[in-house]
Amino acid sequence: MFDNILSSEAISEALKILVEEMPFGLWETFYVTVVSTIASVIIGLPLGVLLVAGEKDGILPLPKAFMHILNVLINLLRSIPFLILMIMVFPLARLIVGTSVGTTASIVPLVIAAFPFVARLIESSLREINPNIIEAAQSMGASPFQIITKVMLPESVPSLISNITIAITTILGYTAMSGIIGGGGLGKIAINYGYYRYKYLVMLIAVILLIILVQVFQSIGTYLAVKLDKRIKH
Amino acid sequence: MIEIKNLSKSFSTADKQISALENINLTIQDGDIYGIIGMSGAGKSTLVRCINMLEQPTEGSVIIDGQDIGTLKETELRKIRRNVTMIFQGFNLLMQRNCLDNICFPLELAGVKKSDAKKKALELLNIVELPDKANAYPAQLSGGQQQRIAIARALATNPKVLLCDEATSALDPKTTHSILELIRDINKRLKITVIIITHQMSVVEDICTKVAILDEGKIVEEGDVSAIFANPKSNAAKRLVFPDGSNEVLLNDIKQRQLRVVFNGALAASEPLITKMAIDENIAANILYASTRCIGEKVYGSMILGFTDDDEIVSRAVNYLEKNNNIVIEEVNNNV
Repeated sequence: MFDNILSSEAISEALKILVEEMPFGLWETFYVTVVSTIASVIIGLPLGVLLVAGEKDGILPLPKAFMHILNVLINLLRSIPFLILMIMVFPLARLIVGTSVGTTASIVPLVIAAFPFVARLIESSLREINPNIIEAAQSMGASPFQIITKVMLPESVPSLISNITIAITTILGYTAMSGIIGGGGLGKIAINYGYYRYKYLVMLIAVILLIILVQVFQSIGTYLAVKLDKRIKH
Repeated sequence: MIEIKNLSKSFSTADKQISALENINLTIQDGDIYGIIGMSGAGKSTLVRCINMLEQPTEGSVIIDGQDIGTLKETELRKIRRNVTMIFQGFNLLMQRNCLDNICFPLELAGVKKSDAKKKALELLNIVELPDKANAYPAQLSGGQQQRIAIARALATNPKVLLCDEATSALDPKTTHSILELIRDINKRLKITVIIITHQMSVVEDICTKVAILDEGKIVEEGDVSAIFANPKSNAAKRLVFPDGSNEVLLNDIKQRQLRVVFNGALAASEPLITKMAIDENIAANILYASTRCIGEKVYGSMILGFTDDDEIVSRAVNYLEKNNNIVIEEVNNNV
């Protein structure tokens, strides 16, 4: 399979693609990942807050039935394999962005797959907060909304950043898969050249670029999480 | 004035009701430093949380300056909580905010203007003697310093009452003492009523004027600290006053008459009372038990003295000892 991977034609062709297509592919992957992550956090953050605050012993107990439905819904969305989810949301993508194929259209299934995951990550970050600090805020007359915005979220910033970094790298992996439905980026290049046309070197280069991208996101995330944590004595 | 009337609190678990507090009645006067002491599990923390309604009592009422706060709506209750603030065993500072912003926090919650809040916070940093820690983060401070910041935070909204929930339990004895000094100072200077929850008798001894002893959810003894130290009546009080379990044990097998001498703040620390009795009255007393402690210059506690079984000697001893102020004598028999 990899016999001719380093033949001179393969190398020159791969270099050509590296120069001509990869930069745009890299940009598309970056753009889709960032936009999908932002959208997933916008939807997932309030849901994560609800999951913690709305509990029976939470700061804003919500009806049991509502919490039950919320939990089931999140678990349901999380249990659908991404490949199948992409196909299932074709009609929805058409409704939202006007088309079901292409780079922008691939953002729709990405967000739908990622926001329940993000909600769970946010939930776990918020659960790390010392409950005594929340009690202290209550003893000072804080309202539930004030506790969420002034205590729970700011106090868990380092953990939120770590967890959103996990989300970003996971979403990055999904964007590669969305190459199958015509979502642009490095994934599409890898599939088009490597899978359909047996140009494995191109696939390899695309994968290396994806690895570098993951490293970059992870390093930035880890740096920020440590930098912003005031519990660490700098 | 805080009045706690017939207050009960029970928690329901899956299979049964657990009664945490039973029929508590307490009155705390303005300006008091009131200690509520008990072993762990006695219900102290639940009781203090009923005073600011962090725990809703199952029955009974908490009346602060004539207002029954149990009847208030959540939003009104939040305003009361600016008046009845709290400090904790674990300090509970916001770890991602610096000290200044921590002290500003309750003011921020109350909607006070940022510049005013900052001014007040700087003032409070001076009161708690940490003026140079405004920009430090809690993680950079020692436990005692963190508790000082927590005290400053609790004072930010100019409260009338400060609740201290095991506020010194996580601190070493020296730091404990300095924090208690600060609390005493705040009580005097700012005229703030202080309620101290603790399991340490030394804390009560150090700072409280009144004390209530809580045991298994009930108040078993209540009154002036000196009176309870001098003559603890309930078993719970005795356990706390004599923590090493050296309870008064009367010796049954010796043929002696026994007198209990209760020192209720007598100025006897410098007087060798028993020796003087031996010299002046020629009565030899056998010290069978003694547990006294000095609070300030005064002595509190009790002693059991043994005498020869002779009415004349015993009555002379009683007369001699009673001449001293603040000493109470009673004869005890073997089964007390």
